[in-house]
Amino acid sequence: MTLTAAERMKIPRQNMREQPPAERVKNFKEVPFGYTEDEAVEEAKRCIACKAPQCMTGCPVEIDIPKFIQQIANRDFERAIETVKKTNLLPAVCGRVCPQETQCEIKCILGKKHKPVAIGNLERFIADYERNKLGAKIPQIASKSGRRVAVVGAGPAGLTVAGDLAKMGHSVTVFEALHRLGGVLMYGIPEFRLPKEILEFEAKFLEKLGVEFKVNAVIGMQYSLDELFEQGFEAIFLGTGAGLPYFMNIPGENFNGVYSANEYLTRSNLMGAYEFPKSDTPIAQSKNVAVVGGGNVAMDAARTAKRLGAENVYIIYRRSEQEMPARLAEVHHAKEEGIIFNILMNPTRFIGDKNGWLTKVECIKMELGEPDNSGRRRPVPVKGSEFMIDIDCAVIAIGNGPNPLVPRTTPDLETNKWGNIIANPETQKTSKKGVFAGGDIVLGAATVILAMGEGRRAAKAIDDYLKTGNW
Amino acid sequence: MNRIVRRNQLSDNVVELVVASPVIARKRKPGQFIILRTHADKAERIPLTIADADSNAGTITLVFQVVGKSTAELSDLKEGDSIHDLAGPLGKPTHVENFGSVVCIGGGIGIAPLHPIAQAMKSAGNRVTSILGARTKNLLIMQEHMKKASDEVIVVTDDGSAGDQGFVTTALEKLISSGEKIDMVVAIGPSIMMKMVCKVTKQHDIRTVVSLNTIMVDGTGMCGCCRVSVDGTTQFVCVDGPEFDGHKVDFEEMMQRQSTYLDQEKKSYEIYKHGCGDNCTCNRK
Repeated sequence: MTLTAAERMKIPRQNMREQPPAERVKNFKEVPFGYTEDEAVEEAKRCIACKAPQCMTGCPVEIDIPKFIQQIANRDFERAIETVKKTNLLPAVCGRVCPQETQCEIKCILGKKHKPVAIGNLERFIADYERNKLGAKIPQIASKSGRRVAVVGAGPAGLTVAGDLAKMGHSVTVFEALHRLGGVLMYGIPEFRLPKEILEFEAKFLEKLGVEFKVNAVIGMQYSLDELFEQGFEAIFLGTGAGLPYFMNIPGENFNGVYSANEYLTRSNLMGAYEFPKSDTPIAQSKNVAVVGGGNVAMDAARTAKRLGAENVYIIYRRSEQEMPARLAEVHHAKEEGIIFNILMNPTRFIGDKNGWLTKVECIKMELGEPDNSGRRRPVPVKGSEFMIDIDCAVIAIGNGPNPLVPRTTPDLETNKWGNIIANPETQKTSKKGVFAGGDIVLGAATVILAMGEGRRAAKAIDDYLKTGNW
Repeated sequence: MNRIVRRNQLSDNVVELVVASPVIARKRKPGQFIILRTHADKAERIPLTIADADSNAGTITLVFQVVGKSTAELSDLKEGDSIHDLAGPLGKPTHVENFGSVVCIGGGIGIAPLHPIAQAMKSAGNRVTSILGARTKNLLIMQEHMKKASDEVIVVTDDGSAGDQGFVTTALEKLISSGEKIDMVVAIGPSIMMKMVCKVTKQHDIRTVVSLNTIMVDGTGMCGCCRVSVDGTTQFVCVDGPEFDGHKVDFEEMMQRQSTYLDQEKKSYEIYKHGCGDNCTCNRK
């Protein structure tokens, strides 16, 4: 049964069922339920199979989108996941966290007059189908090369490099500083957006490919990069991430109850503090929480605070809502969950009691002035508009910088003035021979999929370097 | 991995563990610490200074006081058991050089992290005078170790049950007024003790280094939990420290931040001591 384009366009975009807001703010379980097979097939049928598809150009890892969608429409699920995995090793993650609205779906031609094909939802569906129904199929691995590569950091960039190099037959060891794998996927993104069992599944898959993981290995402290070379690794990939919290440097930022988003989320996600005292790591159990920032991290922190039992959770963002970098779905979910959006406002100082506990935040109203370097209109404080909000917890989610440990202990690794490692955008080569880098450590805090794109390029360049010896 | 080779009870609630950790034993320098988790099941991450290491035997020595659930669980481990996660060495090593005459001051459990520093200072040619303080004789630890690492050891206890009666600051003031030349003081112990030592040394313009023991989570500089104000700027104890110029540290703020989870810590410890485990429902509010 082949539908005409006109018939396809009549099919409405399939909504994904979700936990209702009142219920989901009481638990950390995943919010969207994912498509059923029928829903997925129905959504896949909406694709009009354009002669010149634009969707693929929006994907940082160039998934063959029309092909996998067609395969879902034909209920050829095994082929569909094969297609996706040709270029994306972590589709269960990307389907959940990619900002599709600015990448593939914005290019969807159907989206011009109707709603775009729900490419992200379909990617998520097919990845979950594989994990739950099929089990991971081990792809063909090239014959073992006997060459060893060290990957520093088990986040999206590192995992991508590891997977690609393992498929090429190289021997990969991933060194992870924390006690669990995943990087920001583990410590940054909450369970209700990205269930950790997905990461466990992906890690097991990589182990089946022959990747060796070493946790609690802080490269730069336990071993230097030169020591890794001495151990017989011929190339090193640095995917150490944006693990440096930025604070606002306003008065009162060290009061008890003021957190960086990294700390707040690491306690909750990595350490399971949302289950304290079942988990040993505590986290503030606050009534009124202010989260400063407008990105995905801010949304995650706010929604976590709500689930931890806060009565009032405020997002304080200095620009307008249109300029918020967070994924639309996250803003939407946050609003549904009752998070209060204080936009065009900025904190000026934190106030605490005599024992050092946070009690209020003073904010100032903002208005938009001339555009700044990013092209967005610069927010300007409105004089005399200060006001107070009673809070007992604040989470600073204004961005993260590159973790300094490896650059600090590797003097011949060039960094820019903000501490990002300088890497060639095509080969990901750094200034140190045999060392490649990618992801947030190079780009500054960005997205999972961009990190994966860098990992992909690095793996190719590493393979090339191992084969030719040309630097 | 991380097998406990030897366990010694140093005093009522102070335990010494010698742990097989060959890479850290080789790599570590005085002043550095590790972060560990006792078990896999939702344990928290805690920092402990490396009190000693034997690179030939491939072991590190950890000395800790039982103050809550995590340290109690660590204390429960026996020889042959393994510590589930152990990462290190972390932190910037102590800056060691021949300063001349160094006074090392250790208060209570602080004597453990002080030990490798005293050793290093002595190896570098300094004259090392160590002042060891504790509330009472039973809480004094590592006296023999410190005697080996120092040229002179002065012991003080609050109740006079060992050595002179008094605080470490009393002993320090006595030493200063005796006219002895002191080029540098290293002080490690409870925050209030380090603060008081710095007050004394500031009056006499004696360079002082302290080792801070803030709460930590990752220990690699990514969360900012361990932040302290040093000379008005924010520093992370885990990557910028753990040692800082004592005269520049805002001790009040540090002590205030250290009290952030007192209620949760108490609750956790109570549940642990109660002994039923996580799903206990007897007499619980």
